[in-house]
Amino acid sequence: MNYRLIGRTTGQILLLEALFMLPALLFCLVDQDWKVAVCFLLTIAIQAGFAALVLKISHGRQRVLRAQDGFVTVAVVWMLLSAFGALPFFLSGQIPSYVDALFETVSGFTTTGASILSDVEALSRGLLYWRSFTHWLGGMGILVFTLAVVPADRGSGGTLYLLRAESPGPDVGKFTPRLRQTALILYGIYVALTAICFLFLLVGGMPFFDSLCTAFGTAGTGGFGIRNDSIAGYAPHLQTICTVFMLLFGVNFNLYYLLLLRQVGAVFQDEELRCYLLYFFGATALISWNIRPMMSSWRDSIHHAAFQVSSIMTTTGFSTADFDLWPPLSKAVLLTLMVLGACAGSTGGGIKTIRLVLLFKGLRSNIRQLLRPRNVELIHVNGQVVDERVMRGVNSYMAAYWLLLFSSIILISVDEFSVESNISAVMACFNNIGPGFDAVGPTSNFSVFSNFSKLVLSLDMLLGRLEIFPLLALFSSHSWSRRL
Amino acid sequence: MGLALVRELLREEHEVVVIDLNPEVLRSSLEQYDVMTVEGNAATMETLRHANVNQADLLIAATSTDEVNLLCCLTARKMNRNIHTIARVRNSDYSEQLVLMQKDLGLSLAINPEMSAAYEMFRILQLPGFLSRDVFARGRVEIVELRVDKDSPLNGITLMDLDKTVRVKVLVCAVVRGGEVAIPSGGYTLQDGDHIYVTAETSVLALLVKNLGISTQKIRQVILVGGGHIGAALASLLLRAGIGVKIIERDPEKAVLLAEKLPRAVVVADDGSSKGVLDREGLDHTDALVTLTGIDEENIVVSMYAHGSGVKKVITKVDRLEYSGMFADLGVGSVINPKELCSSSIVRYVRAMQNQKGSVLTLHRIAGGAAEALEFQVDDSVPWRGTPLKDIPLKKGVLISCITHRGKRVIPNGNHFFESGDTVIVVTTAENPFYTMNDIFE
Repeated sequence: MNYRLIGRTTGQILLLEALFMLPALLFCLVDQDWKVAVCFLLTIAIQAGFAALVLKISHGRQRVLRAQDGFVTVAVVWMLLSAFGALPFFLSGQIPSYVDALFETVSGFTTTGASILSDVEALSRGLLYWRSFTHWLGGMGILVFTLAVVPADRGSGGTLYLLRAESPGPDVGKFTPRLRQTALILYGIYVALTAICFLFLLVGGMPFFDSLCTAFGTAGTGGFGIRNDSIAGYAPHLQTICTVFMLLFGVNFNLYYLLLLRQVGAVFQDEELRCYLLYFFGATALISWNIRPMMSSWRDSIHHAAFQVSSIMTTTGFSTADFDLWPPLSKAVLLTLMVLGACAGSTGGGIKTIRLVLLFKGLRSNIRQLLRPRNVELIHVNGQVVDERVMRGVNSYMAAYWLLLFSSIILISVDEFSVESNISAVMACFNNIGPGFDAVGPTSNFSVFSNFSKLVLSLDMLLGRLEIFPLLALFSSHSWSRRL
Repeated sequence: MGLALVRELLREEHEVVVIDLNPEVLRSSLEQYDVMTVEGNAATMETLRHANVNQADLLIAATSTDEVNLLCCLTARKMNRNIHTIARVRNSDYSEQLVLMQKDLGLSLAINPEMSAAYEMFRILQLPGFLSRDVFARGRVEIVELRVDKDSPLNGITLMDLDKTVRVKVLVCAVVRGGEVAIPSGGYTLQDGDHIYVTAETSVLALLVKNLGISTQKIRQVILVGGGHIGAALASLLLRAGIGVKIIERDPEKAVLLAEKLPRAVVVADDGSSKGVLDREGLDHTDALVTLTGIDEENIVVSMYAHGSGVKKVITKVDRLEYSGMFADLGVGSVINPKELCSSSIVRYVRAMQNQKGSVLTLHRIAGGAAEALEFQVDDSVPWRGTPLKDIPLKKGVLISCITHRGKRVIPNGNHFFESGDTVIVVTTAENPFYTMNDIFE
């Protein structure tokens, strides 16, 4: 274990988080909300102090970053990030319980959007801003951000482990020779798309602050609304803007880079994107037909279906209608979409479309192999053979996914809510969506759960966002022991 | 060859794309270095396109096959007219057409690690007193490596008093002591076990050897253990200089080929790593032994044995870079690393490519890669022209060790100065690479 290196990265990132709290302070000052401003200042001071201490301790000769260090760094950073990020909510007293504040912050950073607040509008603007901004930061990943801004050791390839551990997807790579360049391009695309989304909302007539927070929520595919009725209160055309942008942020960002390189053909040949769009249109069609009797017109029905499908499959979790009241077929489709999730390399969660594609192809080739044992069966995606290593990774990911999912369901069942609530709550947290069904439906929230369940669900959100392995790595003796 | 080069190029802050057929090699380089990797045959347009060859400035083809390397450069040049290309061409049978067809092949530079290694060994065998020789100023100035032994007249000498002992004009520009390299000042005292790097004119080297009491006996007989590319090249150089050569090659077929090619050499088809064979083939009569087998460990062990049996000059070829520093005191004589020789010539080319003015004329890695010796041309863009060296603010770890002024070479002291048109040799231990002469000033 490379404590110094982990310490240095952690310290840098905590300082960065303190820095990112400053804009929230600005909103407090504009509103003359001195109490919250003091809380933010206090948090920044505590955090900077802690970070300085960590940096001081870990000062000294650094070794090369190894795979295990990458995993542990990512896990530790995300936990500390949430622990400190929760302080402003807790200190200001607007979320009196620290467990609740932690749940809310983890939900923010993991871009889940599950909330324990029944009256969101009661929060002061500084806190609302910080709450939404955590989505934006968590969406692309804060370590990727540091990779882009902090100059790395010259020529060492170890930092690739950080990107791999933080970015979602079965096979994370870089598309430029320098990792730093890749990180810069990813963040460049992210910032640009967020800015466009913000401008669209602003020009469409949404107030400045609302546009900013909604853009953050959409970009990170998070789903914290700043109103009690989420997005439902805004004009339909604003909701459509959200539908489109949620869908855009659920696409693999590597494809945007290909677009920048004018390789349009390659983008539309991409099997993951095709599959992603296929199930967007399929699910929208099915649900519009299914909920038609509840809506006043086809237009309304398609509008709401498209919004909800986009919101759930990209794992954003905004809502324009109470889909808990929809017919069982629609709910079943939405539940399925919760599991599927967005594309790899996007800001969305879930098991990712590409894994589904790989699993499906793997299954097909396995069946063929059974029938014709001498056949050579290779799995191709986008014209390239998929490495056996990647397939093994996908399979063990799925095993861990279901194992953890069902353990969590059993653990939170202690609270004695309906099976539907429990299953959908865990699904919604693990896949970083936000609202579930029944007790945790779009009009209610997670405050009903006990503290124990909230901690379990917080852990689920982290597991989902970091794709399980970094957190599991923390519990492996291979990460900690000095043995070889 | 590839990975050593990748490390060098990254050290110089270039962006690197590695192309290889073997996915395992690519995976390990991706995890070790900050590079992009492309799997495929580098001589095909498809692979080169994947690697973005149309945006690249330089392509280095260093696969194990000469023909592939040449085709690769040719293809890359067709896809990108401005690209510079460097190919490794090991087979000396191609050298004639390389000279003739360099332009048609789209080749900026052809490198031959085995040939450069052979030349390097040949130079060392000419003056066996030195462990290594690096040539500057078109062969007129050299930086030579010496080991300070217990009974050497240099042991315990302070550098200020060096002139009195050696009685020729030389400058100690770097000292390796205990694995650390230092650029010494006048008050530095030499110790037993130090490896020193000395700048001197080529014409005084023989005198230097004599004054230091190092045996000046010329080498007349050399045993080469292993008859690969280097062995063949070195043998023909030695034979041309009238030095007797005995090659011990394990593979009988190869031995026959060598005997066909080098009729004046004695070729023995036997295992050169065996003690019995070495003794029988006249280890105690030979003046020098060079170990050239493909296995580093074998080379080292044979060299140690030869050194122990009293062979006056031993040269060891080592392929793996990691260990270079370890053998300095093992008694294996001069250590030659073909890859290192080549990567410094590529690095020199790359630095010169980036900068036309005041660029590097010669670059040598010394002290196992821990220090660099560079030769620069002084032009009008260089400041401090005409200022005595003692008043020039040089960066830390930088020393000007020779100035060539109108064909006259001076080993400078603080009162000398350089002018436009001169060439200077700079020795540095600095971490950051120097691209132009101006980089040496504070």
